[in-house]
Amino acid sequence: MRVVDESKRAKTGAARYRPGVLKYAQMGYWNPEYTPAATDVLALFRISPQEGVEPEEAAAAVAGESSTATWTVVWTDRLTACDRYRAKAYRVEPVPGASGQYFAYVAYDLDLFEPGSIANLSASVIGNVFGFKPLKALRLEDMRFPAAYVKTFAGPPTGIVVERERLDKFGRPLLGATVKPKLGLSGKNYGRVVYEALKGGLDFTKDDENINSQPFMHWRDRFLYCMEAVNRAQAATGEVKGTYLNVTAGTMEDMYERAEFARELGSVIVMIDLVIGYTAIQSMSRWACRNDMILHLHRAGHSTYTRQKTHGVSFRVISKWMRLAGVDHIHAGTVVGKLEGDPNSVQGFYNVLREGHNPQDLQRGIFFEQDWAGLNGVMPVASGGIHAGQMHQLLHYLGEDVVLQFGGGTIGHPMGIAAGAIANRVALEAMVLARNEGRDIWNEGPEILAAAARNCAPLKAALDVWGEVTFNYASTDTPDFVPTPAVA
Amino acid sequence: MRVTQGTFSFLPDLSDAQIAKQIEYCLDKGWAVSVEYTDDPHPRNTYWEMFGTPMFDIRDAAGVMTEVNACRKTFPNHYIKLNAFDSTRGRESLRLSFIIGRPAVEPGFGLVRQEGPGRSVRYTTRAYATERPEGERY
Repeated sequence: MRVVDESKRAKTGAARYRPGVLKYAQMGYWNPEYTPAATDVLALFRISPQEGVEPEEAAAAVAGESSTATWTVVWTDRLTACDRYRAKAYRVEPVPGASGQYFAYVAYDLDLFEPGSIANLSASVIGNVFGFKPLKALRLEDMRFPAAYVKTFAGPPTGIVVERERLDKFGRPLLGATVKPKLGLSGKNYGRVVYEALKGGLDFTKDDENINSQPFMHWRDRFLYCMEAVNRAQAATGEVKGTYLNVTAGTMEDMYERAEFARELGSVIVMIDLVIGYTAIQSMSRWACRNDMILHLHRAGHSTYTRQKTHGVSFRVISKWMRLAGVDHIHAGTVVGKLEGDPNSVQGFYNVLREGHNPQDLQRGIFFEQDWAGLNGVMPVASGGIHAGQMHQLLHYLGEDVVLQFGGGTIGHPMGIAAGAIANRVALEAMVLARNEGRDIWNEGPEILAAAARNCAPLKAALDVWGEVTFNYASTDTPDFVPTPAVA
Repeated sequence: MRVTQGTFSFLPDLSDAQIAKQIEYCLDKGWAVSVEYTDDPHPRNTYWEMFGTPMFDIRDAAGVMTEVNACRKTFPNHYIKLNAFDSTRGRESLRLSFIIGRPAVEPGFGLVRQEGPGRSVRYTTRAYATERPEGERY
């Protein structure tokens, strides 16, 4: 006869509600027989239980603390359809190659969540549970949202397709640069950088995450000078240009005021930081939709909780939340640049942001199939330590629907900012041309760039200065199902 | 100046062989190619004139090049571009667009500033050429 482990089995009837403390599994939060419904919200956690805590019990505790449970039995459960409202941990498996860590799958009934609110969703799923003592560490790896829930969100106010139509730019990555130094420039000097970069050939320039309204530059000054620069560059090139005016501020009232001013001045895009919070992001998304504005999100602060594999929230979850919350751009990694980003993981983030449907793809860290139910795509932004000499790698890894941002790689150009922009644009167009002609850009990339540089002194200078620069460090956040490939 | 709308405007003008290769790329993807022309290159002039409808049923680059050359012959001093339309659900828009013909001289754009309150400025971008009537601009 098979021995049943009573500590892992849900108690029923009066025994379940006898006052006192039960294990979470005994309270009904572990149910290996449960088949998730198509309408359930699913979450995958990486759990690291304390010594002596069974993984099933730890998984049940996560399900419990992220749904209806408290530490002890309460009779008031019996006034509710509690069997339905209890989240169910339905599967636990060891993480390949990581002892003491387990993947725990949890299913949540759709009625546990308020429609259209990332604040409510995250308050449940990451609200209390991350400080829970029986776990040494906890990470939210991935989520699956049913189409019925996705449809409660408006999603990106513009989306990739309409952004391209508004800008009249197709068939190539967009190019941007963050103004540097990011702090200290006066409004007049700041606008000079914007003008040179846009006139030279970039599509966008960008405020950095921490440029808001400081003693050296009031926000209104920045907006006025930047829009002079944008309009001058449009007239100089005949192209639509934009600069991400960062409207991040201390209160929503201030953010609305800044956004309104940007709109009055004719900007096509405004920008916010992730640190303003999910509700503020959703409010700005609604504003952007009402005002035909592209909404750029800088993921300021995310590495505090996305980078370490054992604890926090994976950036693929943040990507999904931000697509629901409704931003048009989000920084999502470069693979080859200066910031954390394993190729497979980053491609997984990009797929989550851009595709209409994500199949399960363990190699890229995507655990669940996800149907986006017609929600607009988010344009990923690759920013941080990239340069023209990497153009073939960037196009190979990141594809076409992406903003490539060369800050230092534009402004630090030996012949000046406009020359830096020309170098990037020529490198990009030469690489797209070659790719479309069927050439093997991964292997022939350096030759293609060298050939383009023969007609373009700024590109030659860029390749001479940065051609050999790489940031080849081991990634900390990698999928668990394949060996981590080396970059470049 | 050089109007740098379109994907390959920063490269030297493409040869016919290079253009044909880009057309082949588009056709291989199942996209429909079209030819458009204008003498109003304002950055927000969305609707260039169509030189016929998109060529949904022409599946070889040579056929498209025939249309390109006919457009060039009719409008030797206009801007001409090639567009590729993708009808796939979720895109249903252009996938590639690049200029393949332009006037011999491009005078560019002037920027008109109307000063407003609080140092704000209302900007108007105006192509010098469009000060003349359509068809007499370049």
